[in-house]
Amino acid sequence: MIIKVQQEDFEPMAEMAAYPVDAIAGAGGSVTFTGTVRDYSEAADILAMEIEHYPGMTERELERISAEAARRYDILGSLIIHRYGHLAPQDNIVMVAVWSRHRAAAFDACRFLIDLLKTSAPFWKKEVTLAGARWVTDCPGCRAGGREGHTHAPYTHYSHTQLK
Amino acid sequence: MIYVKFFASVRERVGVGEISLLMPEGGVTVEEVLSLAEDETGVLLQDAHLLAAVNLQHVPFSGVVHDGDEVAFFPPVTGG
Repeated sequence: MIIKVQQEDFEPMAEMAAYPVDAIAGAGGSVTFTGTVRDYSEAADILAMEIEHYPGMTERELERISAEAARRYDILGSLIIHRYGHLAPQDNIVMVAVWSRHRAAAFDACRFLIDLLKTSAPFWKKEVTLAGARWVTDCPGCRAGGREGHTHAPYTHYSHTQLK
Repeated sequence: MIYVKFFASVRERVGVGEISLLMPEGGVTVEEVLSLAEDETGVLLQDAHLLAAVNLQHVPFSGVVHDGDEVAFFPPVTGG
């Protein structure tokens, strides 16, 4: 598995071509997902996106979910790249790539990784709009104003604290 | 000492990214560390949708904190 947390842009096909060939010998295919900055949100046009992260924990969480994907699915290799810092609309934010002998495992593991990343890796997006900057809230439970202990995903082992 | 970090909207509310707290005798939970951090900063955080990590791992608020640990408080993550 390879994990990269970086400010710089990346080129998905070049990153996949650079993956160590020995690690994925026998692969019958690969699946990749690339996430980019949208130029709209619920309320306003987005001028830019600031992404903050927790150095150290971010890498550790991405390694943890990569290991979990390798345990759950019959895959040969995985690659996660996530950017932080100042991004513009259309910029790449994240890519996940998975290699496997058979396609089903690659599709399943890629979906698993991007879904779990979104609820466990410590990144936070701040949208810069004409009306000002604000932190993104992706959690439907949070958006609904729920304060009870709703969980964020079926895979996570933590949930919102129950506050009195 | 306990080393407390804040991220994203929580960091902005507190006004700093990091504080240090004296380790109380008898051990503490994450929830108690949050109360100590509120006392230290004068900023109430209990109404936030907080998540916590100890030594770079997600933990529940009932988790135990030891001397020298790094405890982080942050809002739900929104990467990807």
